Amino acid sequence: MNRAFIAALESIYPPQRLLTRDVELLPYESDALTAFQTKPAAAVLPDSDDEIIATVRLCHEHAVPFVARGSGTSLSGGSLPIADGLIIGLNRLNRIKKLDPQQRIAVVEPGVINLSITEAAQPYGLYYAPDPSSQSICTIGGNIAFNSGGAHCLKYGMTSNHVLGMKVVLADGTVTQFGSESIEGVGIGPDLVGLFVGSEGLFGIALEITVRLMPQPELYRTVLAAYDDLGRAGDAVSMVVASGLLPGAMEIMDRLAIKAAEASVKAGYPDAEALLIVELEGETLQVNAEFEQLRGIIEASGAFEIRVANSEEERARIWKGRKGAFSAVGRLSPDYIVQDGVVPRSRLGEALVEIGALKEKYGLDVANVFHAGDGNLHPLILYDGRAAGALEKAEALAGEILALCVNLGGSITGEHGIGMEKRDYMPAMFSEEELDIMQALRRAIDPLEIANRGKMFPGGEAPALKQHGMHPLEKAGVISRE
Amino acid sequence: MATAIEKCVHCGFCLPACPTYSLLGEEMDSPRGRIYLMKNVLEETLSAADAQPYIDRCLGCMACVPACPSGVEYGDLLVSYRMLQERERQRPPLDALARRLVIETLPYPKRFRLAAQTGRIGKALRGALPEAFASMLNLLPEKLPSPLPAPPVLPARGELRAKVALLPGCVQQALAPEINYAAAQALAANGVEVHSPPKAGCCGSILLHVGAEQQAIELARRNFGQFPDDIDAIITTAAGCGSGIHDYELLFKDQPDADRAAAFARKVTDFSAFLSSLGMRERTGFAHERRVVYQDACHLLHAQGQQSEARALLMQIPNLRLLPIADAGMCCGSAGAYNIDQPAIAAELGRRKVASILAAEPDLVVSGNIGCITQLRQQLKSTGNPLPVRHIAEVLWEACAGSE
Ligand SMILES: Cc1cc2nc3c(=O)[nH]c(=O)nc-3n(C[C@H](O)[C@H](O)[C@H](O)COP(=O)(O)OP(=O)(O)OC[C@H]3O[C@@H](n4cnc5c(N)ncnc54)[C@H](O)[C@@H]3O)c2cc1C
Ligand code: SF4
Ligand code: SF4
Repeated sequence: MNRAFIAALESIYPPQRLLTRDVELLPYESDALTAFQTKPAAAVLPDSDDEIIATVRLCHEHAVPFVARGSGTSLSGGSLPIADGLIIGLNRLNRIKKLDPQQRIAVVEPGVINLSITEAAQPYGLYYAPDPSSQSICTIGGNIAFNSGGAHCLKYGMTSNHVLGMKVVLADGTVTQFGSESIEGVGIGPDLVGLFVGSEGLFGIALEITVRLMPQPELYRTVLAAYDDLGRAGDAVSMVVASGLLPGAMEIMDRLAIKAAEASVKAGYPDAEALLIVELEGETLQVNAEFEQLRGIIEASGAFEIRVANSEEERARIWKGRKGAFSAVGRLSPDYIVQDGVVPRSRLGEALVEIGALKEKYGLDVANVFHAGDGNLHPLILYDGRAAGALEKAEALAGEILALCVNLGGSITGEHGIGMEKRDYMPAMFSEEELDIMQALRRAIDPLEIANRGKMFPGGEAPALKQHGMHPLEKAGVISRE
Repeated sequence: MATAIEKCVHCGFCLPACPTYSLLGEEMDSPRGRIYLMKNVLEETLSAADAQPYIDRCLGCMACVPACPSGVEYGDLLVSYRMLQERERQRPPLDALARRLVIETLPYPKRFRLAAQTGRIGKALRGALPEAFASMLNLLPEKLPSPLPAPPVLPARGELRAKVALLPGCVQQALAPEINYAAAQALAANGVEVHSPPKAGCCGSILLHVGAEQQAIELARRNFGQFPDDIDAIITTAAGCGSGIHDYELLFKDQPDADRAAAFARKVTDFSAFLSSLGMRERTGFAHERRVVYQDACHLLHAQGQQSEARALLMQIPNLRLLPIADAGMCCGSAGAYNIDQPAIAAELGRRKVASILAAEPDLVVSGNIGCITQLRQQLKSTGNPLPVRHIAEVLWEACAGSE
C-alpha cells in the first residue's frame, strides 16, 4: 500500500477512523472463522455514504484491494482481510433511515443489525423475516453479501426474497441504484438486486438497502419432539414435508448440540439423541387447524417425548437454545469447524447416517444443528488444534461431508457462503462454463478484481491458514487446558 | 486466563452489549477485540503498552459476560490480566503516587476522612481508581457528612426472621453513611437482626480492581474472623464490593486459606437479593403515586446476574409504579477514573442513560450502587433536572416506615 494512497485516505478520515497500527488492525484479522488470519494494511471506519464512495474510488484508482466488513461474523472467511489491502468497516453506519408501515418497507444503512429492524418495526406489528442465528449482531450488508437465511426462511425465503432495492457503489466507483422501493418495481428488466445479493462482496458495497417488512404472525405454535435416534428425527421432517404442511421453521439438534445448548442457556431440553423443533405460524384459525395435523404426524413419527410451548417464554427458551448452539459448542471443544451444506430434504435421514459413518472413520466428534426444513445441514466438526494434524483431519472430514451433499444432489453451502473456506469446492458444484460466466460478470463490474479479491473463486492467492498449534504459553508450561 | 481466551470463538455475540463498542464502533474497543488483544499480548505478538489504552477503556461493566453463548469468563480474564500487567506496568510518577494513596487511604474510612478533610485528595486519587469505585469520590462534598455509626446489634422488629451482618464498606461509609444506616433500618423493620461488627472493614475489592493483589488479600483476610458464625448472610450495599468478593476465588487461588475465602464469599449477598429472597413483610408504601425508574448497576446486573431482585421488591410497594426504560442493561458510564481518563465516553454514556430515563417521565430514580447514583446525579445536574436519585435501601426504609 503506497504512501500516496494512505495520504489520500488521511484527507478523508480523521486519525481515529483510519487504522494503521498493529494494535488497531489485529482485531480485524479474522471473522468468525478464526482458522484464517490476515492482517490488513489499513482499515477505515466510514461514517457516511460519501466516505465509502470516495474510499472505493480511491482503491480503484490505486488498484488497492478492499474488503467490506459488517460485524465480522462470517463463518467462511468472507470478511477475512487481504494482506496489503484495506478493510472498510461498515458497522458505524447503523441508522434506519426510513420505516414506512403503510408501504411495509424500511430503508437502512448497511451496518444496521438485522434484529434492529425487527425491533424498530415491532410497534407497527411488522418484522423483518430473515432470521440468521446471528441476527442479534450480523449486519444487513453482510446478510446481503451472503444471502443469509435462518430458521424461519423455510416459509418466507432467504434475504434475497426480502430486499427490494439498494443503492450501491460498484468496485470501479460507479454509484447506482438497483431495484426500487416497491414490490412491483422488481419485476421489470433483469433482476440486478438478485445479482448483487449473494455476490459475497465481489461487486462492491451496498450503501443503502430497502427491505420488505412482514406483518407479525398472529399466532405461533411451537413443538419440541425428542427422539432416541437421529435418523428418525430426519424422517419426521420428511413426513411433515410430505403432508403438505409448510411450517415456519423445522430444526434438528443432535445429542452433542443439545448438550452444548443446555450448558449454555439451560433450555431444559429433554435428554435425547435428537430434538426436532417445528413451529407453525400465521393466522390463528389456520395455525390451530394445522397444529392438530402436525401433532398427529409427530406422534406417529416415534418421538418419545413431545412438548408444546404454552407461552411466549417457553417458546423463546426453545429457540434460545437453538440459536446459541453454535457458539455454545465452544464449551465442548477447544476448536471446531462449522460446516454448511445442503441435501434434498427427502434424503436427510440418509445424509445423517453417512455423516455418522464419516465421524467413525475420522475418529472426530461431529455435532449436528441444522435447518432441517430446507435440508440445510450444519455439522460442527470438533477437533483439538493442539494435536498435530488435527485441523487437517477436521478439514478433510468437512470436505467429505460437502462431497456427500453434492453427491446426494444438494449444495456446498446453504447460507454461510463460499468465502475463503470453500472456494476450492466450487468446481464440485459448478461446471467450468458456469464459473466462467461468473468470472466474466465479475470482471465486467470489477476489472481490477479489487473487491474481496481471492474469495469465492477457486485458486487465487494461497489462503492465510494459520496452524492451530500448541499455544505458546502452553509450550512454555505457563498454562494448561483441562 | 487461557481458558477464557480459548473459549472465545470470535462469534461477536457480545458486541451489541458492549457500551464502548456501541459508542466507538471499533473492534479494538469491543469484548471480542479486547480478548484478542490480550491474547496477543500474552503470546508476545503485541506489546502490553500498545494494548493498554483499549484495555483501560473497558468499563469492566461485564455486559459481555451474559451475552456470550460460549461462556467466556471475561471478568476473570480482565482481573487476571490486570493483575499480571500491574506487576510490570511502568506508571508515570504522579500516577504511581496516586496509586499509593489509593492503596493506603481508601480502604480505611478514618484515614480517608482525614485525608479528605485535609482537602484536595480527590483529584490525585481519582486518576488511579477504577470505575466501580472512583465515582464515589465525586460525592466528595465540601464537608464530609458526620459518621452515622450503626449500633453493634440492631434488633429485629417483630418476629425474628433472620440474622445478618452488614459489610461496612470503605469509601461509601465515609461519603454516604446514610446508605448502610437505611439498609440496617429497612432490614430490622422486616424482622432481621442486623449486626455491624465494629472491627470489620474494607473487603479489598477496591484494591483488587486496581490490581494491587497482595494488599487486597491482606485486607480481605482481616475480615474473616470478624463476623459472627451464626449469621445467615453478610449484606453489602455496594455493587462493586459484592462482585469483588465474588472474585475472591481468583484472588485466593493458591493461598492457604482459599477455602475460608470461598466460605466468606458464599455468605456475601447484595441487600436487594437478600431482602427479596426473604420476602418483604413491611410495605406500607407511599401516600401518593411514585413513578420510579430502577437503574441497574452493572456490577449487580451483569457481574452478579441480578435482574429481577430489586425490581421485585419495588413492585411490591403500594403506590410505587416501576417504569421500564430503553437499553436498561447499558452502563451509565459511572464516572470517576473513567470520567477523567475518558471524559467523552463517560459523559456520552451518562447522557444516553439520562435521556432514556427521562423519556419514561419518572419522579424518582433508584439504584443499588453509589457509583451509579453519583453519575446519574451529576448528569442530571448538568441538564438542570432536579430529579432525585436514591439508593434502594433508603427508598425501602421510607416505604416500610410509611413516611412520605
Ligand atoms: C454463531 C453464528 C451463527 C450464525 N448463524 C447463521 C445463520 O443461521 N444463517 C446464516 O445465513 N448465517 C449465519 N451466520 C453467518 C453470518 O452471521 C452471516 O453470514 C452474516 O450475514 C454475516 O454478517 P456480518 O455483518 O457479520 O458480515 P461480515 O462477516 O462482516 O461480512 C460478510 C461478507 O459480507 C460482505 N459485506 C459486508 N457488508 C457489505 C456491504 N455493505 N456490501 C457488500 N458486501 C458486504 C463482506 O465483504 C463479507 O464478504 C452465523 C454466524 C455465527 C458466528
Ligand atoms: S460472545 Fe463470547 S465467544 Fe463470542 S466473541 Fe464475544 S466473548 Fe468471544
Ligand atoms: S466489560 Fe463492558 S466495556 Fe468491557 S468489554 Fe465487556 S461489555 Fe465492553
